[in-house]
Amino acid sequence: MNNWLVQHVSALLFTLRRLRATPASSLFNILIIGIAISLPAGMYVLLQNVQGLAEQATGAPQISVFLSLDASREDAARIGGQLKQHEAIGRVEFVSREQALEQIKRSTGLADIIGELTQNPLPDAYIIYPKKLDPQTLETLRDELQKWPKLEHVQLDSAWVRKLEALLKFGRLAVLILAMLLSFALVAVTFNTIRLQILTRHDEIEVSKLIGATDSFIRRPFLYSGLLQGLLGGATAWLIIVISLRLLNSSLAGLMQLYASSFTLHAFSAKDTLTLLGFSAYLGWLGAWLSVAQRLWQIEPG
Amino acid sequence: MISFSQVCKRYPGGYEALKNISFDIAEGEMVFITGHSGAGKSTLLNLIAAIERPNSGSVVVNGQNVASLKAGAIPYLRRNLGLVFQDHKLLFDRSVFDNVMLPLQICGFDHRESDKRVRAALDKVGLLQREKANPIALSGGEQQRLCIARAIVNRPSILLADEPTGNLDMAYAADIMGIFKSFHQVGVTLLIATHDEGVMRQFEARALALKHGELQPTSVRQAHGKHE
Ligand SMILES: Nc1ncnc2c1ncn2[C@@H]1O[C@H](COP(=O)(O)OP(=O)(O)OP(=O)(O)O)[C@@H](O)[C@H]1O
Ligand SMILES: [Mg+2]
Repeated sequence: MNNWLVQHVSALLFTLRRLRATPASSLFNILIIGIAISLPAGMYVLLQNVQGLAEQATGAPQISVFLSLDASREDAARIGGQLKQHEAIGRVEFVSREQALEQIKRSTGLADIIGELTQNPLPDAYIIYPKKLDPQTLETLRDELQKWPKLEHVQLDSAWVRKLEALLKFGRLAVLILAMLLSFALVAVTFNTIRLQILTRHDEIEVSKLIGATDSFIRRPFLYSGLLQGLLGGATAWLIIVISLRLLNSSLAGLMQLYASSFTLHAFSAKDTLTLLGFSAYLGWLGAWLSVAQRLWQIEPG
Repeated sequence: MISFSQVCKRYPGGYEALKNISFDIAEGEMVFITGHSGAGKSTLLNLIAAIERPNSGSVVVNGQNVASLKAGAIPYLRRNLGLVFQDHKLLFDRSVFDNVMLPLQICGFDHRESDKRVRAALDKVGLLQREKANPIALSGGEQQRLCIARAIVNRPSILLADEPTGNLDMAYAADIMGIFKSFHQVGVTLLIATHDEGVMRQFEARALALKHGELQPTSVRQAHGKHE
């Protein structure tokens, strides 16, 4: 156990010394990997922010129910009672046709035209706040209400939210594809660096085998090297994104003042950070492992 | 300790390097392997270290049949052997000290113990003052001795030396043979491949003579020295 630990620690130290021995090419590799990872990771961060923004802006989605013009106040009260009792509906708000007209007068500046109307063209309406907010529930509720008598029109206000949701979904898919492609790139880059390392260490590998090194002993420094390269690449990507967001936020602050709003882009959560580092380290290890698996058996002494 | 029985080795391409070889070497024995260039001396040593596998027959080392050893067990066989290679196989990307350190790193020795052993091995071959040098800066004889230091640092029970005095003048050769003699005295089993008659004459030891891959019967008659 102790011996096992000693072997791993010394392999790790050995790997670090090798990295330090060729600082320029090591740095270059790490930078390439960092930039490659920062593209999908950066897009992911932006999407997360847009999603947060969308949730903030819309609040809870609602359904508006417009009564028929010929519905009397009694009808309206009865429908209101039925709506309140519906199990899918949390809260109901009544907007009378007079209130609606007032609102339009006040908010649109069409007071003159509306004043000339002899009759109120607007119906009574209810605003419904459903208990559950997923699109499925909202749609079935809308379809059900549409069949009720004395209801002229049922309007789902979440239509644009759903469009945005669809757009985000598309964005996430794009990030996923990009991430997958660049993961391949990362594996390929480590595969190649480790291949070169193996080539330059050909003699050492051969001699080590001749004097009793196990395959795992020979593999270990290369695997560590790939792992470390991936990990440092991931850390570089993290830095790139955090610094970019800092810059974006400081210019965003000026913009947001004009809109009297405060919105800042958030970088990674702790969990996202760990995922990013873990995944890039894993990919580096994988690239190294493939390289070692492909090359090492070819170096047989004799 | 080492026992060949009816061993044949054919290289890819069809060349028969060893033909029906049988012999036994006892523990602590010192044996020369002689023969012309291309007779099969290196091949014979390579079979013991599982660097090559025989096409037929059995090669038993320490009670293990090397011919049928699993790949995973080979490293542990080699850790019991000290190998002095005909072409040295030194690493020129590290110091003399680190070259000798390699076998101990492979076995996972801790630092203090391995430092001590490396210095002891270098002292034995007279290279302690050159521990920081790069092997490329060493003379042919010094490189030869460095290779011996690396072979003995792990304190193997069997030492296989392939032409350890090749291309060296008599003084150097005597030097190196003196080192081997001291191992022989502490009970190490020694196999030395050489075509250097002068070297052999200094020792009372059995010789296995190879000729075109065949063991010459004379070798048995010439045998003298320690026999059990
Ligand atoms: N890997 C190989 N592939 C094919 N033939 C080989 C191989 N290694 C050795 N041989 C052949 O086997 C024969 C014996 O070779 P070996 O190296 O054992 O000779 P040797 O007695 O050690 O000679 P030397 O004194 O020159 O070192 C030679 O004819 C050589 O050409
Ligand atoms: Mg030879």
